[in-house]
Amino acid sequence: MEIIIDAEKCTGCTICSKRCPFAIIKMENRLAVIGQGCTFCGVCVEACPFSAITIYKDQEKHVDLSAYKGIMVFGEVRDKKFANVALELISKAREIADQIKTHVITVILGEKINHLAKEALSYGSDKVILIDDPVVKDFRTDAYARVMVDIIRDQKPEIALIGATSIGRDLAARIAIQLHTGLTADCTGLDMDMERRILLQTRPAFGGNLMATIETPYHRPQMATVRPKVMKIGKRDESRKGEILNLKPGITEEKVRTKIREIIKQEQGEVNLEEAEIICTGGRGIHKPENFSLIRELAGLLGGAVGASRATVDAGWIDASHQVGQTGKTVAPKLYIACGVSGAIQHLAGMQTSDIIVAINKDADAPIFNVATYGIVGDLFDVVPALIKEIKKVKGLE
Amino acid sequence: MDIIVCIKQVPDTTNIRIDPVTNTLVRDGVPSIINPFDVNAIEEALRIKEKHGGKVTVITMGPPQAETALRDCLAMGADDVILVSDRKFAGADTWATSYTLSQAIKKIGKFDIILAGKQAIDGDTAQVGPGIAEWLDLPQVTYIRKLETDGQKAIVERMMDDGYESIEVRLPALFTVLKGINEPRMLSLKGKMMAKKREITVWSADDIEAEEHKCGLKGSPTKVVRTFTPTPRGRGEIFQGEIIDQVKELVKRLQEMKIV
Ligand SMILES: Cc1cc2nc3c(=O)[nH]c(=O)nc-3n(C[C@H](O)[C@H](O)[C@H](O)COP(=O)(O)OP(=O)(O)OC[C@H]3O[C@@H](n4cnc5c(N)ncnc54)[C@H](O)[C@@H]3O)c2cc1C
Ligand SMILES: Cc1cc2nc3c(=O)[nH]c(=O)nc-3n(C[C@H](O)[C@H](O)[C@H](O)COP(=O)(O)OP(=O)(O)OC[C@H]3O[C@@H](n4cnc5c(N)ncnc54)[C@H](O)[C@@H]3O)c2cc1C
Repeated sequence: MEIIIDAEKCTGCTICSKRCPFAIIKMENRLAVIGQGCTFCGVCVEACPFSAITIYKDQEKHVDLSAYKGIMVFGEVRDKKFANVALELISKAREIADQIKTHVITVILGEKINHLAKEALSYGSDKVILIDDPVVKDFRTDAYARVMVDIIRDQKPEIALIGATSIGRDLAARIAIQLHTGLTADCTGLDMDMERRILLQTRPAFGGNLMATIETPYHRPQMATVRPKVMKIGKRDESRKGEILNLKPGITEEKVRTKIREIIKQEQGEVNLEEAEIICTGGRGIHKPENFSLIRELAGLLGGAVGASRATVDAGWIDASHQVGQTGKTVAPKLYIACGVSGAIQHLAGMQTSDIIVAINKDADAPIFNVATYGIVGDLFDVVPALIKEIKKVKGLE
Repeated sequence: MDIIVCIKQVPDTTNIRIDPVTNTLVRDGVPSIINPFDVNAIEEALRIKEKHGGKVTVITMGPPQAETALRDCLAMGADDVILVSDRKFAGADTWATSYTLSQAIKKIGKFDIILAGKQAIDGDTAQVGPGIAEWLDLPQVTYIRKLETDGQKAIVERMMDDGYESIEVRLPALFTVLKGINEPRMLSLKGKMMAKKREITVWSADDIEAEEHKCGLKGSPTKVVRTFTPTPRGRGEIFQGEIIDQVKELVKRLQEMKIV
């Protein structure tokens, strides 16, 4: 790969240098010069009004891609049930498989999880591989990676999809290295290039400020982790039939190098942020840690979870596990209510794909209003209690 | 105990703007910083060293200008820093990046713990830490918010989507850290002055015996084929009137959408 500036065409206009996400294009004698650190992302090529920049791709040797068939889904299990993202991925895999005329394989790891096989079939799997064994009872990287690598080597899928969860991202990264293949992180879009039979994987980077479409053209399987709650769960069809395969894990307990001493689930009644349909978030505008009780009350009433801005976490008002944003959690609920949150770019990065955003802030110029579906300009200590009262009223609780 | 910390120099996204006319990323004059999670990784390494003795070595793979990030690490208290830099590394995806870093770590040789950040705030993949662990065949625990060690083993707290786990692992091992693990120290003026004078070791592809076909763009199975800025959501509806009426209007809308 090589990037070349045509000195004849370059006018020294500096547009490319301003657009470069890595700020490595310098101007020398009114001519653009690409510095070290170029990732060949192509932003400058598209930005140049004079078509003066070209990326030359190397011709690469093809490996035998035709040996790989089918789409594999890692069916993540939590408490003996599918994580929602597992069903989202089976549904998406079914859709792609119908397009390119291939089959869907779901792999399920755990203990006493046989009942999930039928569910995987009903959402569109053609084949289910079950590993029901104490060694894979809870997620541990060594055991899960060994088992997944063995299955992928044996089944040779052309695409492998894993949820971009704290389990999936840990696991997928190790599998991809072992299998010597590409892994696209945290995808929010998956499309097929039908002509080339290649998966176009679209994902946010730079904290959601830049989107990139990524391919794995010459290695198989094409692996992606996919952000939860982006793909839609398809229709369930109980009459769907398929093959169910029970396999033994190729690893024993002694080979697993990490030991789980204790599993602490979230407090009773607390809803998991990433899975929550509704999130109510408190920002510095709530003024005091005690006032999170107001946010909790609103969340509780709506059956939602409590989120927090980094400012409140840094101030020690609430545990870091509640933080939404670039250095916290990425969420996309149906309803996100931001109370006293200014809407800094790093906060928006974690929530701006929510379906409906409600902003409550006393400053009409707060950037949060730029992404809000509905906004109320006012003191949250007036607005939130009124909102709680009104919701109670319509729910018949008052 | 010998600790290796992997850091990445990244653009400070606080300063990134979207050009409202062209809808593209403006990075003009945006300063580079150490990836925020990696600052916590260095802090944790320094704390382990302060308790158990040993050495903290910081490595980064990047262009020559990444040297400034390494000087900040020296100023924080790192004993040694290494810049892994070569034109051959340009355009590396996480497969090639983790290969290159693992080769550099092999050259360093001795270590008990490798620390990395949860994820870089530009690439955002969270794949390099686990990738390095795989290349070196080490156990890993990602997303940790607490680490205790006696030199032989470590007990860590790992964040899960629905809670956390306490995990025990024998060393050597690799961990990726969350921001909440500690509060990083400030850079002292004295540290900065000292760091200024230090020679920075630079290792090329040949120095770390990296095979060229596994490095940089050539060694990367993934290809970025297109980048674009997401379409902004756009400003919605700001209600008017008395607060109580605004609240009623909002609840009405939420009812219509069957959310309430
Ligand atoms: C590298 C990096 C990563 C970051 N990651 C994150 C992240 O993951 N998540 C995150 O949230 N931030 C993150 N930040 C911090 C971010 O830049 C902001 O500082 C932070 O989001 C501000 O939090 P806030 O909105 O609660 O506070 P402020 O910005 O102080 O906003 C408070 C808001 O409350 C309003 N207000 C005050 N009183 C009232 C009232 N009585 N009624 C109604 N409104 C009121 C004010 O008008 C104001 O808009 C990051 C920063 C950096 C540099
Ligand atoms: C828009 C865009 C999208 C991309 N998407 C993908 C993708 O989906 N898949 C893919 O494989 N590659 C992707 N890349 C390439 C990827 O950004 C680079 O490989 C990068 O070198 C490492 O990935 P990261 O920034 O995501 O780091 P992460 O894996 O998020 O970093 C985690 C930790 O690893 C350590 N680390 C990371 N990089 C270095 C380094 N250079 N030196 C020392 N330590 C380091 C740090 O401790 C860091 O905190 C993308 C690049 C761009 C520009």
